[in-house]
Amino acid sequence: MNFDLSPKQAMMQKLFREFAINEVEPIAAEVDEEERFPEETVKKMSEIGMLGIPFESKYGGGDGDNLSYILAVEELSKVCGTTGVIVSAHTSLACNPIYTYGTEEQRQKYLIPLASGQKLGAFGLTEPNAGTDAAMQQTVAVDEGDHYRINGTKIFITNGGYADTYVVFAMTDKAKGNRGISAFIMEKDMEGFSIGKTEHKLGIKGSSTTELIFKDVMVPKENLLGPEGKGFMIAMSTLDGGRIGIAAQALGIAQGALDQAVKYTKERKQFGRPISAFQNTQFTIADLQTKIDAARLLVYRAAYMKDMNRNYSSEAAMAKLFASEVAMEVTTKSIQLHGGYGYTRDYPVERMFRDAKITEIYEGTSEVQKMVIASKILR
Amino acid sequence: MNILVLLKQVPDTTEMKIDKEKGTLIREGVPTITNPDDLAGMEVALRLKDKYGAKVTAVTMGPPQAENMLRELYAMGADHAVLLTDRKFSGADTWATSNTLAAFIKQVDFDLIIAGRQAIDGDTAQVGPQTAEKLGLPQISYVDDVLEFSKEKIVVKKALENNYEVLECSLPCVITTLSTIAKPRYMRVMGISHAFEKDITIKTFDDLNIDPAIIGLKGSPTKVKKTFTKEVHSNSDILHLDGKASARKVAEILMDMNFIGK
Repeated sequence: MNFDLSPKQAMMQKLFREFAINEVEPIAAEVDEEERFPEETVKKMSEIGMLGIPFESKYGGGDGDNLSYILAVEELSKVCGTTGVIVSAHTSLACNPIYTYGTEEQRQKYLIPLASGQKLGAFGLTEPNAGTDAAMQQTVAVDEGDHYRINGTKIFITNGGYADTYVVFAMTDKAKGNRGISAFIMEKDMEGFSIGKTEHKLGIKGSSTTELIFKDVMVPKENLLGPEGKGFMIAMSTLDGGRIGIAAQALGIAQGALDQAVKYTKERKQFGRPISAFQNTQFTIADLQTKIDAARLLVYRAAYMKDMNRNYSSEAAMAKLFASEVAMEVTTKSIQLHGGYGYTRDYPVERMFRDAKITEIYEGTSEVQKMVIASKILR
Repeated sequence: MNILVLLKQVPDTTEMKIDKEKGTLIREGVPTITNPDDLAGMEVALRLKDKYGAKVTAVTMGPPQAENMLRELYAMGADHAVLLTDRKFSGADTWATSNTLAAFIKQVDFDLIIAGRQAIDGDTAQVGPQTAEKLGLPQISYVDDVLEFSKEKIVVKKALENNYEVLECSLPCVITTLSTIAKPRYMRVMGISHAFEKDITIKTFDDLNIDPAIIGLKGSPTKVKKTFTKEVHSNSDILHLDGKASARKVAEILMDMNFIGK
């Protein structure tokens, strides 16, 4: 068994770390404060190939592996959770289903611009009445010969408004429940496609989270992704992959927060000593880094299994469940280690604490992860 | 056109440890980086490649571990990489290093050689110019911008202490670059994906047709007698003056030290 990154993965990590420190960290506080989508960072990431890392170069990708992509999300999230999720949603939720389930024509038309970073992608599954119960889709796609007519509303769509290409789910046959859901590739400039309300959130404030409104959108037949009726399966398998991305985001936030706490406790003096000299600080830091390392092993294992083309649903769920809870604990305690200063916006742990919470919720809540894990054990 | 870029891997720390007996740096266990001036030189070469379609070859003399630096240069966009490595080359001063580099360069075709101005470990700024001398080539050091580049000539802006010179030089020639000339680009994801499949040309002593007496530690005329950390003194004068008088005094001191004009 080998716990080392390959030389190639280590070089990828070095690149992502340099990029995150030089380009992302300096604007992270401002992006949060102003709730501003960092378009300039997206452009820079597209130049170096960070928006299609695990896809083949013939589809505009970087010829890398999933673990390298996960390293990118981790390094970005260490300094900015917003930037981490932009890459994760784009790569896992938009590029990946088109790569996995798309026809060659769909890959040519949609994956190449996405993976090469000329366009940004998003994923639309959640509706006001279809959250964890995703089968309750009310968005409807009616077959009208050479096209589908789609009507409905999606909510909480990451990258909404800034994305050009959307993988969207809609009912093609209500009577069939789960088996009546189909997946479609939609474009933001299709007639009748509009962006609704933008959410104001606790954290990942620079990330755009919007409503999508479809009013008689005519989607050509060739934009059906996968077979009709297979949408639920496509959504669930896409989310399996997405969870590794969110787990990596949580892992990055946790490590980023602890790195800040370590730096602060070495500098901050009370009672004539740096507070890192106190055993309470040392024990807290030791506990937190141990948990982060455990999370990292789970996250990397899930990515490795995806790279090996094995079934990784349960491992991805474990990685997300554990890493997101670790992120909450580490950010909470990192604020505690900062004392009153940690509660202010002068130190990044305050932002990281707010950013961590969403990792326990989106792409399946922690409870959903437990359902996935238990169903495999008890089947 | 062929551009050779000379680069060096250097320790990534200002707290370098010194081998007191040999008077040389201890490199084991210290993380390494590509020397910043050299990396800027690589960026210049890659920009010339983007604009004029040149072929860029990275050349380094160093231990086998320097391969990692060369892989990173591939990931940035270098077309070819050459590692001059042999136990006989090690411990070289700038004279012996430039002998080794020149011996290799004599074997290949090139139009332009770019070297970083100086390395952050030795700070000599000698290897680029010495290599030019040994190849009998014209050289321009302290280049801060490349204004024109063609098959026949290069036009550059050279930094002087307080001003610049614009110089034109026929090719082939050697230029040495300042780290301010160009911000090095990031590696590319796709570049990294394929950097490890590319060949690195390894040249050892036997490949270079060179006199063993002019290379490596034994061939180095510079012997480091002693290496030590500078003692920093701060002799301070304490004056008790009112606001106006203290401002005048500070201005006088700054003028005396030529920080501001009189």
